[in-house]
Amino acid sequence: MSLLLVIEQVLNGLQFGVMLFLMAAGLTLIFGVMGLINLAHGSLYMIGAFAAAAVAGATGSFLLGLISALAAAAAMGAIVELTVIRRLYKRDHLDQVLATFALILIFSEGTRWVFGSFPLYLDVPNWLSGPVTLPGGIEYPAYRLAIIVVGFAVAAGLFWMIGRTRIGIQIRAGETDREMIAALGIDIDRLYTLVFALGAALAGLAGALVGAIQSVQVGMGEPVLILAFVVIVIGGIGSIKGAFIGAILLGLTDTLGRSFLPVLFGTVMDPSAATAVGSALASMLIYILMAAVLIYRPTGLFGRV
Amino acid sequence: MTREGIVNAVIALGLLLVPLWALWANEPFTITLATKVAILALAGVGLNLALGLGGLVSLGHAVFFGIGGYAMGILAQHAQTFDPIMEAPFLIEGTKSMPVIWLVAVVSSALAALAIGALSLRTSGVYFIMITLAFGQMFYYFAISWPAYGGEDGLSIYVRNEFPGLNTLNPIEFFGITYVLLLAALFLSARIAASPFGLALTSARQSPQRVETVGLRPFRLRLTVFVISGAITGLAGALFADLNRFVSPTMFSWQMSGEIMIFVILGGVARLFGPVAGAALFILLEHWLGGVSEYWLIWVGALLLAVVLFAPGGLIGLVTRGQK
Repeated sequence: MSLLLVIEQVLNGLQFGVMLFLMAAGLTLIFGVMGLINLAHGSLYMIGAFAAAAVAGATGSFLLGLISALAAAAAMGAIVELTVIRRLYKRDHLDQVLATFALILIFSEGTRWVFGSFPLYLDVPNWLSGPVTLPGGIEYPAYRLAIIVVGFAVAAGLFWMIGRTRIGIQIRAGETDREMIAALGIDIDRLYTLVFALGAALAGLAGALVGAIQSVQVGMGEPVLILAFVVIVIGGIGSIKGAFIGAILLGLTDTLGRSFLPVLFGTVMDPSAATAVGSALASMLIYILMAAVLIYRPTGLFGRV
Repeated sequence: MTREGIVNAVIALGLLLVPLWALWANEPFTITLATKVAILALAGVGLNLALGLGGLVSLGHAVFFGIGGYAMGILAQHAQTFDPIMEAPFLIEGTKSMPVIWLVAVVSSALAALAIGALSLRTSGVYFIMITLAFGQMFYYFAISWPAYGGEDGLSIYVRNEFPGLNTLNPIEFFGITYVLLLAALFLSARIAASPFGLALTSARQSPQRVETVGLRPFRLRLTVFVISGAITGLAGALFADLNRFVSPTMFSWQMSGEIMIFVILGGVARLFGPVAGAALFILLEHWLGGVSEYWLIWVGALLLAVVLFAPGGLIGLVTRGQK
């Protein structure tokens, strides 16, 4: 096992981690501000990917596809918030789970209706398709590197927005005391729609970016959604910082586990058994990590008690 | 008799009369549908204990459903290949006997519920929902990546397992088994709900502090009901695998957890017969809408949304108009 391979896998882990962060950030914001658990967040991810694939396929421009993914997911998020989600803020978590589960069924089958059951493909743009040479002579796909850069940029933007802007102050105030900021004259309904649309746009962006390295298909959002839940459980609900650290931790654990656990087991047992045990254990590793965090800190690493 | 009691009796009788009619009219497929309703209702009765009585919104009950399914799959697989599960230190062989399979299914899903419950009940609210969902996914991926028992393809069992004195290959006799087990589970959950344990659990749901002040530990109460709930759902999983003579990782999938929850909610949460009404409605919808449109789940989604937003009592709540 060479150092180059390790560095490559660390980069893959970072890329996976920032993707998870884009999903988890929206979820944790929506939970923090509105107290809503949104299972349909994975559908917004899927909508972003489908919008990007459809527009990029029609126009040939990847950037146009990316912009339309953001727009479509944000618009769909706003529509869903205004028509359905708004009625759920005062309900208990069970109702929220069920209503957003119903939304998953509607979105998934609706997308299948419109686009058919076959996956779509979104091509990596030409100017990002080759490998780049990193310092030290490591060749790494430019597109994946671009995802990492975009992810870190979005994270920085979010931290700036939440920490330094007026809307960020309103969001933080909304997390602490809803009634109070409504009494101070902030249009709370508009703030909620805005936060939901922002979270949706982040999910859509993640879907579009990942769409170019995987296939774009119905049901692609939910596995990512559940991983984003694991991120939030690890990081602590409502904490953007927790979501970021949790996402990177999870991305690295999963990627490194999958590539190195079978090798590690190979040193003590025969190759086929090592592959079976190693890959089975690797598929459970992040959940074991989650269980460990739960034992150590039930409210997550950065969660408020 | 209360209004809900009458509705319950009608549902129980209906579920019995439909397959008997189908037997007379020689429509074996309808008997299979009724069997499916009874089995899925049983899974729902399990979840309803945790959800309705304990207030534990578990989105991971497919774990227990799947463990039950694999208990059947693994035991029957070893029996049909005459390959013992283990030889040392003592011999364990596969089996085709339903009661043994049920016992293994119940015990192993109860143990899984104990482990998952002990971890996830350290938290509450949304954390609990997300964690149960995540553990469900863990079992799903484990079943996919573990090659010994079929991996992604699952296991096929060629002949349905045996029950002493009955011919389980005869649809109506197999239906009879599932119906009796469903009634037994319903009876058990009615007894639990009315017992001191059930009352303590209800108070723990409504006011945990008050329960603590009288010297009971909500954690222990919740963990107990979670284990019972998981065990019942595990039994349903073993029966479901026997119905299909097939078990695959989809039994562990999050959609399965969601569907079991839909049965409970469509029928009416915390209603004794809610899961039965919900499962029956779901199977009917699947059968009718599935024939009309390939995208029938859209309408299930719309219906579920309507129930959550406008009819929180579910089907039984509508019929009884909220009365007990």
